[in-house]
Amino acid sequence: MSEDAETVRAIVAAHRGDRGPLLPILHDIQDTFGYIDQEWIPVLATELNVSRADVHGVITFYTDFRSEPSQATTVRVCRAEACQSLGAERLVADTEQMFGVKLGQTTPDGSVRLEQVFCLGNCALAPAVQINGRMYGRMDRARLVEVLAKGAES
Amino acid sequence: MITVYVPRDSAAVSVGADEVAAALEQAAGERIRLVRNGSRGMLWLEPLIEVATERGRIGYGPVSPHQVQGLIDAGMLDGADHELCLGVVDELPWMRDQQRLCFARVGVTDPLSVVDYEAHGGLTGLRQALAREPADVVAEMTESGLRGRGGAGFPAGVKWQTVLDTPGETKFVCCNADEGDSGTFADRMLMEGDPFCLIEGMTIAAHAVGASEGYIYVRSEYPDAVATLRRAIDIAYEHGWLGENVLGSGLRFDLFVRVGAGAYICGEETSMLESLEGKRGMVRSKPPIPAITGLFGKPTIVNNVLTLASVPRILADGGAAYSELGIERSRGTQVFQLAGNIARGGVFETAFGITLDELINGYGGGTRSGRPVRAVQVGGPLGSYVPVSQFDLPTDYEAFAAAEAMLGHGGIVVFDDTTDMSKMARFAMEFCAEESCGKCTPCRVGSVRGVEVIDRITGGEDPDGNLAVLNDLCELMTDGSLCAMGGLTPNPVRSALTHFPEDFTVNHREAK
Ligand SMILES: Cc1cc2nc3c(=O)[nH]c(=O)nc-3n(C[C@H](O)[C@H](O)[C@H](O)COP(=O)(O)O)c2cc1C
Ligand code: SF4
Ligand code: FES
Repeated sequence: MSEDAETVRAIVAAHRGDRGPLLPILHDIQDTFGYIDQEWIPVLATELNVSRADVHGVITFYTDFRSEPSQATTVRVCRAEACQSLGAERLVADTEQMFGVKLGQTTPDGSVRLEQVFCLGNCALAPAVQINGRMYGRMDRARLVEVLAKGAES
Repeated sequence: MITVYVPRDSAAVSVGADEVAAALEQAAGERIRLVRNGSRGMLWLEPLIEVATERGRIGYGPVSPHQVQGLIDAGMLDGADHELCLGVVDELPWMRDQQRLCFARVGVTDPLSVVDYEAHGGLTGLRQALAREPADVVAEMTESGLRGRGGAGFPAGVKWQTVLDTPGETKFVCCNADEGDSGTFADRMLMEGDPFCLIEGMTIAAHAVGASEGYIYVRSEYPDAVATLRRAIDIAYEHGWLGENVLGSGLRFDLFVRVGAGAYICGEETSMLESLEGKRGMVRSKPPIPAITGLFGKPTIVNNVLTLASVPRILADGGAAYSELGIERSRGTQVFQLAGNIARGGVFETAFGITLDELINGYGGGTRSGRPVRAVQVGGPLGSYVPVSQFDLPTDYEAFAAAEAMLGHGGIVVFDDTTDMSKMARFAMEFCAEESCGKCTPCRVGSVRGVEVIDRITGGEDPDGNLAVLNDLCELMTDGSLCAMGGLTPNPVRSALTHFPEDFTVNHREAK
């Protein structure tokens, strides 16, 4: 923990000259550790001279910030209108069936996390899916299986 | 060496452009110079390969990686014919008929090449601007008639004038690159395909109003745009296009990229400012307006990506030239985005005034499913559903408003006749409930109630009574919401009800 706390302090220090640095700091922490540990909230509050409640409030407001570690492959299925027009709801159902969990859940073995997302900016090649930050277009069940299998190889 | 182009745009990559580029390198690496350009915006043709020839750039698409060797064997590198050959890309009707001002370089150049940028007109606008007084630059913007491309259509010149006129040591230019609306992707394509254009536009804005710092707030769903912008900003500093002495003019302008964290509401400008300050993205009451009391309480320009990316050309050619395009009070060009169930989806930039029919059934080729179009949603999730009977509407802010619709940012999402419009109305409420910042009750609670009431109506439970409840709810949300999230969510709901009432009755639903 203390080593991690050092890392957190170093991240804060790297943003010293920035205006309103909390979001960039939280992003860096999550990029480094994969999540934002509750225990670092007091460290951040002290370093940035704000209340713990403020830091906590920011972390919970934004859906990107996770409070639990996760090694899972994140599969985000777009549910916004353009993707719905080409069967996003069906793709959601297929995906949930493939992994046996609902959107917002992780498979019991911790390997895959399913999430909903509203628009990935790929609305002319719908339905769209993002897997670990990479975008895929014209998605259907068969292509999803293929993409995930390829990902597992490399 | 033959120059070959394969887009790096994330939409092109989403259907295999990286694999096509790798196959090309492998098959002909030593014969070609491979450029990873932005996308031309004909997204149904991605991945699109272009080969530079004496006749112009010859296109091939959509190409699968396994077809690359065959294309090379057939003489693609000499521009030879093939079943995937599209001819000279600039001569395709889709490209030829556009008036690309904002998107002039997107898909044409290497997005990170300063040589390409200047060779294709880059920096002309900034040089013009720096040679003139700030007030003259603002006057040029006002004359152009440019209205904000983020949705609300507020005149950019008026906003800039307010920031210029507000005294302050520190002022900011903020670019709204949150692009959360379904049906919009042009901001992303510009940031990935011509990032210097946005940088140039923001720098002109800084000079015009006396700002020394700028922020681009990009949504976290766009990692490629973030990476491209950050590299472009580094390159711009190296070349003296940013920093303490921009192009030797004495102007100091520093530019930063900030990444959102998955909150749609942060696209609302005051919520974005809160987020930039490191806070929860709660919407602020207006007044005060951001132009006077903006980021950290300082005078601030907040403009959309495409608003700012339109600026260099306006300064290069003059505001009068820009305002010659368009109709009524909608001047210049709009970057239309054809999305959803459409045969030919992508970006089509042209002067305001073109009709929905020309865009959707003409250039867009109707639905991808081949079935009749039922409705289109224009202007994002807060925009109305427009029925086919209104497809002769000219794309003009006021004409749309008069038809109880919203042109907004020009994103158009197409739905075919299998769409249940009551589901789309329900989704609008669900989305509002999901993304509300929670500050006002009509938005936060009303949207949750809205979902329940629509379920009762479509479930056949006292339909007339519940329709009245839904109407009251819509009225309450319209009147009692602080921002357009709660205030405009009734648009898609009411338009679906008005134009497709049959979708809300039980009989109809059972027949389906
Ligand atoms: C809920 C909501 C979401 C919005 N999202 C965006 C957005 O993603 N991008 C954008 O440019 N404007 C968005 N806007 C509009 C902004 O509040 C603001 O009008 C705009 O950034 C001003 O720039 P412009 O005048 O150049 O359009 C949104 C507004 C609301 C109410
Ligand atoms: S209308 Fe909704 S999103 Fe807008 S300020 Fe009110 S609660 Fe927040
Ligand atoms: S609506 Fe799914 S990518 Fe835009």
